[in-house]
Amino acid sequence: MTMMTYLEAINKGIEEEMTRDEKVVIFGEDVGGVKGGVFGVTKGLAEKFGDDRCFNTPLTEGQIGGLAVGLGVVGYRAIGEFQFADYILPAVNQLISEASRMRYRTKGDWTAPIVYRTPYGGGVRGGLYHSQSTEKILFGQPGLRIVTPSSPYDAKGLIKAAIRSDDPVLFYEHKRLYRLLKADVPEEDYVVPLDKANVVRQGDDITVIGYGMVLNHALKAAEQLSKEGIEAEVVDVRSLYPLDKETLVEAAKKTGKVLLVTEDNKEGSIMSEIAAIIAEEALFYLDSPIKRLAGPDSPSMPYAISLEREFLVDEEKVLNAMRELAEF
Amino acid sequence: MAIETISMPHLGESVTEASIAVWLVKEGDYVNKYDPIAEAVSDKVTTEIPSNFSGTVKDILIDVDTDVDIGTPMMTIETDGTEEATVGNQEVTEEASNQVNTNEGERTEEFMQHINEEIDKEAEKGTVELDTSPGNTPTTERSLTDDSQKARYSPAVVRIAQERGIDLNQVKGTGKHGRITRKDVQNVDISAQKAEATPSPVQTEPTPEPISKDASKPSPASTMGETEVVAADGIRRAIAKKMVQSTTEIPHAWLTVEADVSTIVKLRNELKDGFKAKEGVSLSYFPFFVKAVVQAIKKHPIMNTSWDNGNIVYHKDINVSIAVATDDHLFVPVIHGADNYSISGLSKEINHLAQLARSGKLESKHIKGGTITVNNTGSFGSIQSMGIINHPQAAILQVESINKRFVPTEDGGFKVADMVNLCLSIDHRIIDGLQAGRFLKEVKENLARFVDESALY
Repeated sequence: MTMMTYLEAINKGIEEEMTRDEKVVIFGEDVGGVKGGVFGVTKGLAEKFGDDRCFNTPLTEGQIGGLAVGLGVVGYRAIGEFQFADYILPAVNQLISEASRMRYRTKGDWTAPIVYRTPYGGGVRGGLYHSQSTEKILFGQPGLRIVTPSSPYDAKGLIKAAIRSDDPVLFYEHKRLYRLLKADVPEEDYVVPLDKANVVRQGDDITVIGYGMVLNHALKAAEQLSKEGIEAEVVDVRSLYPLDKETLVEAAKKTGKVLLVTEDNKEGSIMSEIAAIIAEEALFYLDSPIKRLAGPDSPSMPYAISLEREFLVDEEKVLNAMRELAEF
Repeated sequence: MAIETISMPHLGESVTEASIAVWLVKEGDYVNKYDPIAEAVSDKVTTEIPSNFSGTVKDILIDVDTDVDIGTPMMTIETDGTEEATVGNQEVTEEASNQVNTNEGERTEEFMQHINEEIDKEAEKGTVELDTSPGNTPTTERSLTDDSQKARYSPAVVRIAQERGIDLNQVKGTGKHGRITRKDVQNVDISAQKAEATPSPVQTEPTPEPISKDASKPSPASTMGETEVVAADGIRRAIAKKMVQSTTEIPHAWLTVEADVSTIVKLRNELKDGFKAKEGVSLSYFPFFVKAVVQAIKKHPIMNTSWDNGNIVYHKDINVSIAVATDDHLFVPVIHGADNYSISGLSKEINHLAQLARSGKLESKHIKGGTITVNNTGSFGSIQSMGIINHPQAAILQVESINKRFVPTEDGGFKVADMVNLCLSIDHRIIDGLQAGRFLKEVKENLARFVDESALY
C-alpha cells in the first residue's frame, strides 16, 4: 500500500499499463516532455517511456480524437488526453461516429481500443471553459463507454481496466479531486470493473447516488447524519454509460427513498436517466418521489466566486437534501 | 458623523481566518469609499481590502501578520455622514488583485497555473466546513398536530400493506406531516394490530375492503358441487367485518327472561287509531321496549359502556342503536339521546330512521355513536335468539315476538297473557350475570308501568 492522491493513482495506473504493454501510447496537449500535462497526470511518463510513447499534440482536439482511432485500429492502445472536458467538443465526431461505431460497422473485425481521458468538474474558479460536466453530451452512445473514478483506489484500477478494454472508454477525471483525495492504494496489479456501480456506504434510511466531487460531499454528509440516527446508502455510479442498472435499482429498492446528486445541470443529466430507470424498475418499492439535487439549468459554471458557489452543489446542500428526504 | 467599523471580509469559500499583510492607511488618514485600506492574506492569496465608507481612519484594531477570524473588526472609521453604510462586508475575491484574463478559454500558462493553485487550495483546505449548529439547520419544524399527509400513501406503502394485510388506518405515521413511511408499515406487528384494533363506533358504515379475485386460491365452496360466486357488496362486507370483530373480540354471555306485556298490548289496541290520526305515525310495541330499556339504564349504567383496552368507558349519553332490516341488508341507525324522548317521540324517531334506512338515505351521523342496541327480532316471528353485540357496545337486547300464552294466576288458576321473551347478550368482560339479571328485572318492571295514555307523552 502506498499513500497517493487521486492524480498520482491515475499516473501510476497508466505507468503500470505502459510497462506491461508496449503498445500503450499516450498523447495530448502538453502531455509529453517534462511538463507531463497541465495538471501533471502524465508527469514522468515521457522520461520513462520515451517521446514516441508519450508525446505532445497541437491544439486540435479533433486530431487527438482521430489519431486515437487510427492508432487503435492498427493495434495500439491509445490514450488521448483532452486537456479539459470542455474542449472535447471539436472531437465529438471522432468519438461518436468513428471510435464508438468501429466494432459495429466492421462486424467486429476492427475495434478501437482507446481511452480518452479528460478532467471535468467545477469548484476551481475555472470559469466556463474549465469547469463543465460534459459527460451528458456523450452519454447514451452505444459503443462509447463512460466511466469516472471517485476515489484513488478506483482511479488506478479503473484507468488500468479502461486501457485493457478493446473498445473505446471515455475516462472522466474530476479535477477538484486530483489532489483533494489521498488514500492507500495497493501497489500490486488490480483492475476495477468498468461496468459496475459501487455501494460505498451501507444504510437503510435513504439512498444517495452520485459520482465525482458530489459523491464525496454525500459521504461526508452521511457521516454527519449518522450522528442524528439517519443511515444513508451511498452509491458511486462509477460506470456512467452503460449504467449498472442492477446495482442502482437494488440500492433504490433497499430504502425506497432516492436522492440523485450531480454537479451538472439538473435537466438532461446522467441522473435524469437513472431516475427513469428507477421509476421503471422499482416503483412499488419507492416511498418518496425520486429527488434530484443538481446545478441550476444555467448555461455554464460562472467565474465569479459568489456565483460559482451558488452554482455548485456543496456539502451543505447535499446534507440538507438528504435530511429532508429522510424526514419525508 | 458616525463611527463605523470595518471587519475582516469574507475572502472565499471556507476561508475562516486571514491576516493583514500591510496597512495601506494609517490613523488620521482620509479615505474614500472603495479605496484600498489594507492587504489581507489568506492561504496563499493576497487581497486588497477596500473601505466600505468614506471618512477619517480612527483606530486600527489589529496588528499586521496576526491571524484573525473572518468578521473580526479591524478598523474604525469616522464617516462624514453623507452616505449610507453599505450592508455588511463586501465580498472580495481572490482575483481582485490577480487579474487573469479568461476570455475565450485562453490557455495561458498563468491561467493553468491559477487553476492548479485552486486545486491545491481546495486540497489543503479539505472540503467545506459545515455549520451544523441547530440554529443553522433549515429543517422544517415538525408539527405534532399536522397530519395532512397521513393518507398520502407511497407505492411501497400500499404494496406492503396489501401483502401483509395491514389496515393503514391503524398505522401511526412517523414521516413528515404524519405520512406513513415504508418503514412504518414494515414495522407493523400484524398480530398486535389485530388485537388492538381501535373501536370504531358503527357497524354498518360501508368501508370497502379489497375483494379477493385470486382464482388460484381454492374457495371453501369448491367442494360443494356447482356454485355461483357472488362478490359481496361494500355494505355486506362491512357487516361481515364488524360481525367477525364483535364475535372474536367480545366474550358473549346470554340471558333470557320472559315478560308479561298484556297491559301494553291492551293500551296499544286502545290508542293506536287515535295515535295514528294525531301523530301521523303508527304506534308499535317497539318504542315501549326502547323506553323501558332507557329507564333501566338510568339505574344500571354499567349496561351503557364500552371495553377499551383494560378500561370500562361509561357513556353519559344513552344512544340506542336499533336494527332496521331491508331485503338485502341490516342497518343499525341510532336514536341519539334516547332518554330525551317520550314513547311518542321515540315512535316518530324510530319511524324516521326506518324510512331513511329503507330509502337508502342514512347518513353517517345517523349510524354513529350508539351505546346499546335494542333489536326488534320479534318482528320476524322469532321467539328466542342470541344476538351479536354491536362492537364496541356492551349489550344488545333482542325483543322477541309477543305471543298469547296460558300463564298461572296467583289464585291457582290460569289466564291468557301476552308474553314476550327478552334475550340479552352481554360483554362478559364488563358485565356479569347478576348485573344483567337485575337490569332485565328492571326492564320488566318498567314494561308493566305503561298503563294509560299518559305513558305515551
